[in-house]
Amino acid sequence: MQNFLRDAVEFMPILLQGVWLTVVVTIGSLLLSTVLGLLWALMRVSGIRVLTGLSAGLINVIRGIPIIVLLFYLYFVMPDFGVALTALQASIIGLGIAYSAYQAENFRAGIEAIDKGQIEAAQTIGMGWWLTMRRVVLPQAVRIVLPPYGNVMIMMLKDSSQASTITVAELALQGKLIASSTFKNTSVFTLVALMYLTMSIPLILLVRHFENKAKRK
Amino acid sequence: MIELSNVHKSFGSNEVLKGITASIEKSEVVCIIGPSGSGKSTILRCINGLESYDSGDILVEGTKVDNKAPSIVAIRTQVSMVFQRFNLFPHRTALENVVEGPIYVKKEPPAEALERGRALLAQVGLAEKADAHPGQLSGGQQQRVAIARALAMQPKAILFDEPTSALDPELVGEVLGVMRKLADDGMTMVVVTHEMGFARDVADRVLFIDGGVIVEQGAAKSVLNAPQHARTQDFLHRVLHPL
Repeated sequence: MQNFLRDAVEFMPILLQGVWLTVVVTIGSLLLSTVLGLLWALMRVSGIRVLTGLSAGLINVIRGIPIIVLLFYLYFVMPDFGVALTALQASIIGLGIAYSAYQAENFRAGIEAIDKGQIEAAQTIGMGWWLTMRRVVLPQAVRIVLPPYGNVMIMMLKDSSQASTITVAELALQGKLIASSTFKNTSVFTLVALMYLTMSIPLILLVRHFENKAKRK
Repeated sequence: MIELSNVHKSFGSNEVLKGITASIEKSEVVCIIGPSGSGKSTILRCINGLESYDSGDILVEGTKVDNKAPSIVAIRTQVSMVFQRFNLFPHRTALENVVEGPIYVKKEPPAEALERGRALLAQVGLAEKADAHPGQLSGGQQQRVAIARALAMQPKAILFDEPTSALDPELVGEVLGVMRKLADDGMTMVVVTHEMGFARDVADRVLFIDGGVIVEQGAAKSVLNAPQHARTQDFLHRVLHPL
């Protein structure tokens, strides 16, 4: 135990640098996946056949490719097409695209759960499609979508560790580097696990809060 | 102001409107009665484009109703609708429900719209409920807010789709009272209803619909008190003497 504490004090500063990048990757890809997911979901419910088909196709392609392959593609293959991304950029874009498929399905479920009468009421006061979405459907869908959205945040935090495979020195990679140079595997990986857990706890509490709020409605 | 000529409409292989021809004049109150599944609600939903129709013509003040055309927005702001299940926006207060259309569709200055919204809520007897959410209101109160929301669009006509059918019996009167006042003020109204008392007292004209056709129509009192057609007689007998 004493050894562990000593190691903790020694390794913590390096690991915290990794935490910073983990947070950047998580928040960046969360934002990107939210925007893209909302776009796919709106295309899916637009009632315009081309957009609906395009969205369904995109979602299936994205879902069918492992995150790690998507990351390799962005980081190692795109330069061949003249698009050179930094490791951080590639990881945010890759995770953002990968998660946009799940976000889209979540958003679509929320939108489709809204009573059809709401949409008709909006139409009868002359609202067009976009105004109906913005003023009537989406504000009500948010309540339904938030609990699963919170779960996506937790998964995203953990999956940000996949950025280590394309050299982003986030928490998992920092841990691996320290472990391989000090051979203190137990201390290092216990610390890494505890740090992920510590970051997850506020998100877990947030999900519970969302769930209670949705239940009260 | 609303003209229907030979309107046909099918859902799949089920033809629900088999050639409806009718016209509704300005300031007229027309009640549509008939058995459930006869196509009454579908007529209303075709008039403001919630449903498309297969053939025939529906004109609102001379403009053809076509829910694929941009003109449908103008028609909907002129012909409001009140639903059986109210369909208020649950995430907004009573007042916000009423001013939603004026502010976001008609682009009225919010201060004016809010003032008019409060006046409309007062008109339906709900001035003190302006800040309540629909979930905090009774069915009758919700339906009166829905009527205020329809009025806020300053429509030329209002379509009522069984406005009291989802209400507890003791709450029906307050909604019919508001509707009667509207009729007295000269609002053009098309009302699908099972309230024969309302039809007899308030309607200028009654259309009896069965099987997708208008079986009988005429002045409210003559259709309801002295129906000519056997199907009308049978229907009225069953509605007025359910036992």
